[in-house]
Amino acid sequence: MAANKSQQLDPKKTLQEIEEKFEMFQILNEEGKIVNEEANPNLSDEELVELMSRMVFTRILDQRSISLNRQGRLGFYAPTAGQEASQLASQFALEKEDFILPGYRDVPQIVWHGLPLYQAFLFSRGHFMGNQIPEDVNVFPPQIIIGAQFIQAAGVALGMQKRGKKAIAITYTGDGGSSQGDFYEGINFAGAYRSPAVFIVQNNQYAISTPRELQTSAKTIAQKGIAAGIPSVQVDGMDPLAVYVATKDARERAINGEGPSLIETVCYRFGPHTMAGDDPTRYRTSDTDSVWEKRDPLVRFRLYLEAKGIWNEAKEEEIIEKAKEEIKEAIKKADAAPKQKVTDLINIMYEENPYNLDEQLAYYTEKESK
Amino acid sequence: MAQLTMIQAITEALRTELKNDENVLVFGEDVGVNGGVFRATEGLQKEFGEDRVFDTPLAESGIGGLAVGLALQGFRPVPEIQFFGFVFEVMDSISGQLARMRFRTGGAYNAPVTIRSPFGGGVHTPEMHADSLELLMTSTPGVKVVIPSTPYDAKGLLISAIRDNDPVIFLEHMKLYRSFRGEVPEEEYTIPLGKADVKREGSDLTIISYGAMVHESLKAAEELEKEGHSVEVIDLRTIQPLDIETIIASVEKTNRAIVVQEAQKQAGIAANVVAEITERAILSLEAPVLRVAAPDTVYPFSQAETVWLPGVKDIVETAKKVLTF
Repeated sequence: MAANKSQQLDPKKTLQEIEEKFEMFQILNEEGKIVNEEANPNLSDEELVELMSRMVFTRILDQRSISLNRQGRLGFYAPTAGQEASQLASQFALEKEDFILPGYRDVPQIVWHGLPLYQAFLFSRGHFMGNQIPEDVNVFPPQIIIGAQFIQAAGVALGMQKRGKKAIAITYTGDGGSSQGDFYEGINFAGAYRSPAVFIVQNNQYAISTPRELQTSAKTIAQKGIAAGIPSVQVDGMDPLAVYVATKDARERAINGEGPSLIETVCYRFGPHTMAGDDPTRYRTSDTDSVWEKRDPLVRFRLYLEAKGIWNEAKEEEIIEKAKEEIKEAIKKADAAPKQKVTDLINIMYEENPYNLDEQLAYYTEKESK
Repeated sequence: MAQLTMIQAITEALRTELKNDENVLVFGEDVGVNGGVFRATEGLQKEFGEDRVFDTPLAESGIGGLAVGLALQGFRPVPEIQFFGFVFEVMDSISGQLARMRFRTGGAYNAPVTIRSPFGGGVHTPEMHADSLELLMTSTPGVKVVIPSTPYDAKGLLISAIRDNDPVIFLEHMKLYRSFRGEVPEEEYTIPLGKADVKREGSDLTIISYGAMVHESLKAAEELEKEGHSVEVIDLRTIQPLDIETIIASVEKTNRAIVVQEAQKQAGIAANVVAEITERAILSLEAPVLRVAAPDTVYPFSQAETVWLPGVKDIVETAKKVLTF
């Protein structure tokens, strides 16, 4: 009797079968060799060099941001090293009219999508002008509430669909973010409306200190998309070509009216969670670090491009110098921003001040004029 | 002029703005074919199509996220939260996101969103349907909070709310939906947000209230008049921001005031009004400003709600204390 029942009803087997289907998608391995020629996006030499340049630039930006933070010249900062492929190769697959809803670690994507670098620095310093997104730049300021950007991306995508735009909303969170209710609501809403959204989970193995395996019993984060009925894939998040292809495919499906997709990029954050006192040695070992350092997206992409004869040390030095120069200029511009006043903040609460803010404006105008 | 219920006036306002502005979108749980659980959106999907008036999956936080995202695409979203007791599920989208959109982007983006939601006691609902949670909203800088008490006000205020370029929380008292009819012009008109209405003029005492309690206050004023007291009743209509001018002008005339709210006493809409009067007009006062409010318990199970809710008797008693002080 029991045996018969289990033959008919075997949810464990169903789960196992689904999980086995989620193999990590890779094109470029750690040695910089193409292991999946069929999937190679065949980017032009120019495009490959551009993507590599952006990754090098962003690694330098990360190093400089950390050091500026330590000198007290930057504020809130979430390090990005190790995630360049996940962040920049996905953005590289976008068009300017696509709209990015970033998490707080996703500043590089919005900078490469058009946000002036000095504004990213002002955001870090806690100045409202950092979030004053220029009109022709399609991004939202970095989200602080983990997961909120997922439901908002569903809204932006629905809006694009109603406007008949051939564009997508793309949003990012981490492995921890995929435990939030808003993660599920976001992918579910976009799925139900078949809206043009691409949801990316950068699984960098730790939500601050909590390891990936404590977030969920799901074997992959990608498989969470199955419940929402949307195409989902797990990719090597340190392989820029795999991330690029997965994003490009998802974008194509979205603008062709086939609805949203979920992409899990398996990666690692080399640095701390943020520069506000996080100490990764409390929750991970140097052995783990060195396993992941071997997978560094810059290392494998450099090997690949060098073998193709389109990258060398001189080229890299040139980008590093350019990055340092542009960062210096952007800091100078950020330094020149007017001092933030309470009166400025009062005036951006509503289109028109109600009586209470009017009275408070008078008080602070007087106070700040002294 | 048509005699409409408040729910009909609300439907009229939605229809008017759906017609006027193609960026207006109405959505929520069961608002499409079903016309909403209270029929506020009756017939609107048929008239304006599924693109403009549409159902959502059952998740309030998701509805809030849709509103944020649609606003970013230049729409003017009018989502419905089926009952305001469910607001806890969407608090981040309201207080953490919509309310801060203009602020955190330095004006680069704004959120012209009107969230409509039924609330209020006296109609024997299950738990989490009747609570007066407006304080959660008035303590959130960046939103406006509107609570109409008549069909006429409901239409004019809702049109203004939808046209406003900042987020507005528009709370509709369930007991007022169909309990009476009032004159509502067929043509469009607006009532400015932040403007109270003197519903009854008087010279001895000011009763300041909003929502369903306006009607209890008006009944109390009639009883007090029989005993020779001339009572003014102010309907706040917008509880954030307050209409300080109207409140203070009235108190300076009558020199005595009470504030009536349906919410628990600790939910301080009335407390805020008292504080404003104290700061601005204490020398005009002949007596302390007292409050009539519900006790500081969780909203009661429905069998106890008629005793729990403030009523005419409570208002008359408190008014007499102030009148005879």
